[in-house]
Amino acid sequence: MTMNNQGRPTSIENASNSNRSGYPSYTGSRGLSQVEGLIYEIGDTHRTGVDLPEVEEFESRLGGMERSGEIGLAGLTEPEAMRHYTRLSRKNYAIDLGLYPLGSCTMKHNPRLNEKVVRLPGLSDIHPLQPISTTQGALDLIDTLAHWLKTLTGMPAVAMSPKAGAHGELCGLMTIRAALEAKGDARSIVLAPESAHGTNPATAALCGYTVKPIPATKDGRVDLEAMKEALGPDVAAIMVTNPNTCGLFEREIIEIADAVHEVGGYFYCDGANFNAIVGKVRPGDLGIDAMHINLHKTFSTPHGGGGPGAGPVVLSEALAPYAPIPYVVAGDEEFDLVEHDTSGKSFGRMTAFHGQMGMFVRALAYMMSHGADGLAKVAEDSVLNANYILASLKDVMSASFNGPCMHEALFDDRFLKDTGVSTLDFSKAMIDEGYHPMTMYFPLVVHGAMLIEPTESESKLSVDQFIGMMRHLVAAAKAGEKDRFSGAPYNAPLRRLDETAAARNPVLRWTKSEQ
Amino acid sequence: MRYLPLSSDDRAEMLAKIGVKDIDDLFIDVPNHALLKGLVDLPLHMTEMEVEQNFAAFADRNISAGSVPFFVGAGAYRHHVPAAVDYQIQRGEFLTAYTPYQPEISQGTLQALFEFQTQVAQITGMDVANASMYDGSTACGEAALMARRITRKNKAIVSGNLHPQYIDVVKSATKYTEDVVVVSETTVNKAENLLELVDDDTNCVIVQYPDFFGNITDYSALADALHEQNKLLVVVTTEIVALGAIKSPGEMGADIVVGEGQSIGNGLNYGGPYVGLFATKQKYVRQLPGRLCGQTTDAEGKRGFVLTLSTREQHIRREKATSNICTNAGLCTLAFTIHMTLLGEAGYRKLAKINHAAAVKLASKLSKVKGVQLLNDTFFNEFTVRLNKNAADVVEALVEKDIIAGLPVSRLYPDNKDLANDLLIAVTETTSEDDMDILVGELSEVLK
Repeated sequence: MTMNNQGRPTSIENASNSNRSGYPSYTGSRGLSQVEGLIYEIGDTHRTGVDLPEVEEFESRLGGMERSGEIGLAGLTEPEAMRHYTRLSRKNYAIDLGLYPLGSCTMKHNPRLNEKVVRLPGLSDIHPLQPISTTQGALDLIDTLAHWLKTLTGMPAVAMSPKAGAHGELCGLMTIRAALEAKGDARSIVLAPESAHGTNPATAALCGYTVKPIPATKDGRVDLEAMKEALGPDVAAIMVTNPNTCGLFEREIIEIADAVHEVGGYFYCDGANFNAIVGKVRPGDLGIDAMHINLHKTFSTPHGGGGPGAGPVVLSEALAPYAPIPYVVAGDEEFDLVEHDTSGKSFGRMTAFHGQMGMFVRALAYMMSHGADGLAKVAEDSVLNANYILASLKDVMSASFNGPCMHEALFDDRFLKDTGVSTLDFSKAMIDEGYHPMTMYFPLVVHGAMLIEPTESESKLSVDQFIGMMRHLVAAAKAGEKDRFSGAPYNAPLRRLDETAAARNPVLRWTKSEQ
Repeated sequence: MRYLPLSSDDRAEMLAKIGVKDIDDLFIDVPNHALLKGLVDLPLHMTEMEVEQNFAAFADRNISAGSVPFFVGAGAYRHHVPAAVDYQIQRGEFLTAYTPYQPEISQGTLQALFEFQTQVAQITGMDVANASMYDGSTACGEAALMARRITRKNKAIVSGNLHPQYIDVVKSATKYTEDVVVVSETTVNKAENLLELVDDDTNCVIVQYPDFFGNITDYSALADALHEQNKLLVVVTTEIVALGAIKSPGEMGADIVVGEGQSIGNGLNYGGPYVGLFATKQKYVRQLPGRLCGQTTDAEGKRGFVLTLSTREQHIRREKATSNICTNAGLCTLAFTIHMTLLGEAGYRKLAKINHAAAVKLASKLSKVKGVQLLNDTFFNEFTVRLNKNAADVVEALVEKDIIAGLPVSRLYPDNKDLANDLLIAVTETTSEDDMDILVGELSEVLK
């Protein structure tokens, strides 16, 4: 090796003399922010990243149904594919990159241990329909997770198969309807607070129920009096999220339960926010009859850009017989899987096979890692972080309700009055500061909602930096720096996107002719 | 606690800032008797190594498919997934991202979804596809509901040769929606006359292709007949690799195509998570359930992608939404699209050919075994054989020989005595000729 004598150590002398912030690039890329085409633009139908053996001549048994003509699938070799998806990945915000304060979504750290154990061949490479005698460990695992869920919620039974929160809601309401029908009293109405997740009314409708909204009180809770007025012999159930979507604990939860039980209805609890009380409060002690648990929220299975999730539903003794198949039964010597209903009571089946095993493994690993002591700390730290944010921002932003809050802090847009900055603009400016925005415009019960959920995964330093950033943006908005907000984001891979045009003329796939 | 960054000092400082003394002062709204005074009755926290040991113990008590000659399919298939797929889906930027609600910082997920939607539309031969459902079975239930929305009729005719658990899911999905589901008779190897079940109230006919027993039927004529009466044809494919070899449902005239995408990019995982595919014709786009990704431009005119047509969805339309789905198959969708991109058209077609060739080979070997009768005239990578003994007993006997020989059909049809001796056998590119010969040899012994 010889030294490169022409090279000189980099000096910033010349660079710092330039007044420009940059030049438009030939490629459209900006340094590490690289433009990436579609697979259809960089690949073709002949290229492949998988070497497969040649096939000897054989007599087809397709019955003359051979596929002719080109499908049009673009292929890439492995180096091209790695570059494509790695470049795409870098256009995503992620928990691994920073605080992800999406209220109601619970973006907490995803432990990598869980990714490791879920890939053990004895857990990942087993078929749902291979003989039950060959999957005893898997059934034990499901039964163990069921035990943890029942213990943490104080409920006697759990249906494991629902595939996500909304699927769990559907499972819970169908169980309720089946139980009511068994008494010859199907009923027709489900009550849900105005602040409910959209999935609640959508689910109730799928169960054939009419949804009646219940207003909120001035302090962000279910209006008990209004609810009592709406109750009657035709009410099948009330669906209440607790802690609710304003990030508040329903103080009158016992009274709500008693009231709905008095008219012969059931109390369905939306457990989306169970992470705030896990290990501290058992929903079974609050008078609920059914509740789904989002394993991808409370128990940290990765959100994966939109899924998959898992939504087991804990059930009361009265509802348990109507739960869907399949379910695991622990015998004296071995585990059995009941795949057919012989009682005639089960309402049916939510999905093929037995549920989201890959999520069960991760969730149980998360639970075992934390233990009874760690899970209670999860709830406490998530609530502590949220209240700390509330306390640190309420002098400059408008807190919608008086604290304490639970795991998320709700603000509305009153503090932006007369600034010309909307909740949306404010959110987009957060992107320029290197943050994912909070949940905005939900819940619907306050104007221009900003729902901030830091989770227990954030250090004090991280939360303090977030608070500092928020205070800085509030000051900028109040100082009249409107352009900073209305034009934001400036520093993201793309500027603001035209969603209206996307919906007016939907282009939902690549087509050859268009290029 | 390795996952909790706050220290005791941090906590004390933060409580002081909030203005309370104790953490439980923040739980003041919880009814007093309901706030636990101690810990729940569960084990305490464990080290990473201890947790790992626990899971290794669970895993050790299962027989993994890759460790023995393995022939179970029936809606979930063991295929080889390239290493690059698992590496990519574990990148934190994909793994730990949420649903792409903020498009400016979610273009990675969004562009991958746009490519996924294109691939699914191409494979199924349809105009458009959504960004996924939970799995094939729930997609099937949603298809029945969508057919009702389109036709405003409330009866679905379901083939008796549709996967029995899919039939159960359709029945449950429509149980309380005033829909009627009529299931035709199961016929392992005879043509079904589905058209005779169609009446004025019918909205769609749902068929599986290849069907549960592995048969390949051309539904073109059925599609034509249904369209004459303004009814829809829903085609279900549980082994998506098959469409690399056989005519697409779109070419047959399907109106809605749903599928299980697990075969591409995703492992068996004991039944989930999988990835539901959902495709349809352009004219029915606004009746689609689930998320859709669409192309648009940003403020500087650059191409970008966003979630679109969300006025169909629960967070906007609430009780009038086309579905209650929110979280979908996200990361499994990404695994599917990466694997499909690595395959490309050439690889996908070749993979299908290898699967079919392997199945033909095993079927031919088994046909020579005394006591085995091949029931299929046509098949892709899965077929049904009738044995001279109870199939469940035979499978258990072969487990003793370290072979997982297939699915005794009776497990899913406990009440159909005619099927007690039927065994459903799946073969993929992961099945070696040695595996086949071991099965043939041991099966011959057991059937003697």
